[in-house]
Amino acid sequence: MRTLLFLLQKEFLQVFRNRTMLPIIFIMPVVQLLVLANAATFEVKNIDLAIVDYDQSYLSSQLKSHFTASPFYTIVANEVSVSKSLDMVHADKADAILVIKQGFEKDLLRGHQTELQLLVNAIDGSAAGLMNSYSGQIIQGFIQEQIAQRANVTVPHITIQEKFWYNPDLTYSHFMIPGILVILVTVIGMFLTALNIVREKEMGTMEQINVTPIKKYQFILGKLIPFWVIAMFELVFGLILSKLIFDIPLNGSLLLVFGVAGVFLVVALAMGLFLSSVAESQQQVMFLAYFFMIVFILMSGIFTPTDSMPLWAQIVDLVNPLFYFMKVMRMILIKGAGFMHIMPCLVGLMVLSVLMLTLAITKYRKTS
Amino acid sequence: MKRSNNSIWGFIRKEFFHIFRDKKTLLLIFGLPVAQLLLFGFVVTNEIKDAKIAVFDQSKDYLSLQLVNKLVSSGYFILSDNLSNASQIDEVLKAGKAQLVVSIQPNFAAEFQKQGVASVQLNADASEPNTASILTAYASAIISDFAAENSGMPQQTLVSVQSRMLYNPDLKSVFMFVPGTMALILMLITAMMTSISIAREKEMGTMEVLLVSPLKPWQIVLGKVFPYIGLGFANALLIIILGYFVFMLPMRGSMVLLLLVTLLFIILALSLGILISTVSKTQQVAMFLSMFALLLPTILLSGFIFPIENMPVPLQWLSLIMPPRWFISALKTIMIKGEGLAFVYKEILVMLGMTIAFLSLSIKKFKIRL
Amino acid sequence: MDSSIVISVNKLVKKFGNFVANDNLTFEVGSGEIFGFLGANGAGKTTAIRILCGLLEPTSGDIIVAGFNGYTQRDKIKANIGYMSQKFSLYEDLTVWENIRLFAGIYGVSRKLIQERANLLIENLGLEDYRNRPVADLPLGWKQKLAFSVAMIHKPTIIFLDEPTGGVDPITRRRFWEMIYEAADAGTTVFVTTHYMDEAEYCNRISIMVDGKIVALDTPSALKAEYNAESMDEVFVKLARNSQRV
Repeated sequence: MRTLLFLLQKEFLQVFRNRTMLPIIFIMPVVQLLVLANAATFEVKNIDLAIVDYDQSYLSSQLKSHFTASPFYTIVANEVSVSKSLDMVHADKADAILVIKQGFEKDLLRGHQTELQLLVNAIDGSAAGLMNSYSGQIIQGFIQEQIAQRANVTVPHITIQEKFWYNPDLTYSHFMIPGILVILVTVIGMFLTALNIVREKEMGTMEQINVTPIKKYQFILGKLIPFWVIAMFELVFGLILSKLIFDIPLNGSLLLVFGVAGVFLVVALAMGLFLSSVAESQQQVMFLAYFFMIVFILMSGIFTPTDSMPLWAQIVDLVNPLFYFMKVMRMILIKGAGFMHIMPCLVGLMVLSVLMLTLAITKYRKTS
Repeated sequence: MKRSNNSIWGFIRKEFFHIFRDKKTLLLIFGLPVAQLLLFGFVVTNEIKDAKIAVFDQSKDYLSLQLVNKLVSSGYFILSDNLSNASQIDEVLKAGKAQLVVSIQPNFAAEFQKQGVASVQLNADASEPNTASILTAYASAIISDFAAENSGMPQQTLVSVQSRMLYNPDLKSVFMFVPGTMALILMLITAMMTSISIAREKEMGTMEVLLVSPLKPWQIVLGKVFPYIGLGFANALLIIILGYFVFMLPMRGSMVLLLLVTLLFIILALSLGILISTVSKTQQVAMFLSMFALLLPTILLSGFIFPIENMPVPLQWLSLIMPPRWFISALKTIMIKGEGLAFVYKEILVMLGMTIAFLSLSIKKFKIRL
Repeated sequence: MDSSIVISVNKLVKKFGNFVANDNLTFEVGSGEIFGFLGANGAGKTTAIRILCGLLEPTSGDIIVAGFNGYTQRDKIKANIGYMSQKFSLYEDLTVWENIRLFAGIYGVSRKLIQERANLLIENLGLEDYRNRPVADLPLGWKQKLAFSVAMIHKPTIIFLDEPTGGVDPITRRRFWEMIYEAADAGTTVFVTTHYMDEAEYCNRISIMVDGKIVALDTPSALKAEYNAESMDEVFVKLARNSQRV
């Protein structure tokens, strides 16, 4: 116990004296939150639309005004030929082209079927899908209006009320921020721990520690406790920033958040310890940690729903600590979920923490 | 002259051996792009299928049952729960047992047929806003269809919308992530690895040994970066081959132009790596500078994952000075749109300018220290 | 076994795969002795010293250090020895005082004693001005002296010094050897490796390793007589010339 205190004192002294670490601990959350929360959005808000109107009629201008009225669309060109508009798409000056063929109004008025053509730049597949469905909705609105003006019989229909729970304005940052906090905590827990230990190896101070009668558990605890504390601090700091800057909802119990984070950090730290015993140089450990982080983050559901992943990926996710933590953070912070709701995830994290810690400690013994 | 030529080749050979002896790192360098491509290709998908829904059917008549059947048979939804009272909605959404709860009004069939209007409420878990809006859009479309089918009116569509998806008719995400992965991996291998490996020589004190050797400083730096050009290029080829054969990415433009642009980007990334190494004393500093100056922007501000047009204006400006943004843009134009030099000259000029700027800055820094 | 023997090694073998780093080493070191451990680069000195310090597990052979078994009681060995590696390995970002406190603390020295010994140590080395400055600011010679003193902070039975004077100026080297003599006079056994043959002359006894084997072991004067040499330098060159590994 006494030995441990000396080690902890040393570790904290070093962290607070390190001119690389300190800025990272304080600046990283700010930068990540500001940049990530603003940049990481799949919303499609500014669609540059070129309209080629061969009809030049009252109804075609009615249709155009539907697009102008939508906040999503900016009409960047009018009344040019299709090929000219295509050039604009090539040069990234337009995202989509709407072609209204000649005779559009005439067909509509006679009750004949008519057609519109929509050309979408689909290099970004998901954005193209959204653009397509937005345009479809606007055109649908236009048609409904036409039908309503003409028909006087009521057609039986179903009114659909949409209710968006927990995030009525569909604010994307409320979705991203819990995810960013997870990444933040992981970087500190896994990355910095691994880097710190490998640095001691490289510098030779590890050997000096190894010739002392220090026990393995003392050394490991001496390394894990400081980074656990720093990462927890980071989480608190990040939460405060998110509340102040983005006004994210804090619907659930913060105590529960910290409880789960505490368990998650044990897994992350154990992974850091494990990586540090596999790697010999800081360059190597950085690559290793980066590799696992990328895989874990992409599979965690930070950007895309895990339910839609292929089955094998969902099975692999059972050993992905970020998957559980990501889910729990969103459940508690945004939905206000309680202990019983997150129990399965917490159990998963606990099992992982025991497994990972055992693995890390056995591996660590062999190398020294 | 001849002697110094020999010694620089010797030095480059030493650096090559150094990299190839480190089997773990080598494995990672080539494993990383493969893993990343596979993840983006098969795991990270915006496509919604088998979303879990719950139904709160207050009517339970033939029509409401048909509606539920129609929703489930669409392939988008799986029915996970039947609710018996409204308070359960919050419960299933909170626990994540369903992402959408379809609530059908009492006397659904009667209202629909006698009053001509019935109502359905879609309760979406909007903690994932995109999923929520996509799910409600899908459900709304199915319900509207259902209403039209059961309205007893002749089917009539006045306007049909013909959509054509340019360049990417199947809306595959591969067009986004292959160029992005390439930029990211090249940044990682070239800029990050060189900056760390030069910083390492400094930290270990071996840089001084090299500096007093007959090698000139530029030769030392060249020797350090040369192997990484090779590694980076091999990696770029691997990504292109994987993209082509596994993900069916088209190669519409000129391969030569593509490789030239790639080479230019590798040199640009290296010059950035050299610049970083001249300002950092230790490996840790080099590593974190690279993380903040290179990797995060590459992922976030280059249009790799998130479209630049939707970002706040200050971030859009910031993205202009991100080298990968130009590289990715050039890649897409060449590979996917199949355009030639006329459409990418701007990107090439910007990258050339950046390379020159970074190199002259690092030479200045280097001289000051000597 | 003689109670004044503090290191006893019998038929020590250490293999790394097929490579035999230590081939059948047998020697004893007495209490208070200054034992020089010589050999060319790659002869296997560092491997042997790491085994004696409990950092490496031997392949076979008997090892008793400070009365403890080299296989089963490595923690006990570690508590009774000091070690200073050829690479400076105190924490450069901690101050002189913080380094002393850390290592003394790890060895279980009481807080009161830590204060006393630290004050004495700092005074002896003349480091008063550097007490609260990071170790990185110290000149190399002082770093080495500090590392030695820190390795002695818990008053170990044996101190292992792995090339302690590499890259140090002659005056500091002289001062360093004075410190070694002081330690030996106080009863600490000194086990030292070096490349400087003049330093070898300062040792009570020396062993010379070539290709993993001990080829000579005696007092410096006896070795010079045996090999008919003027200096230890000559002895060493005569022995090491036939090495396969250099």
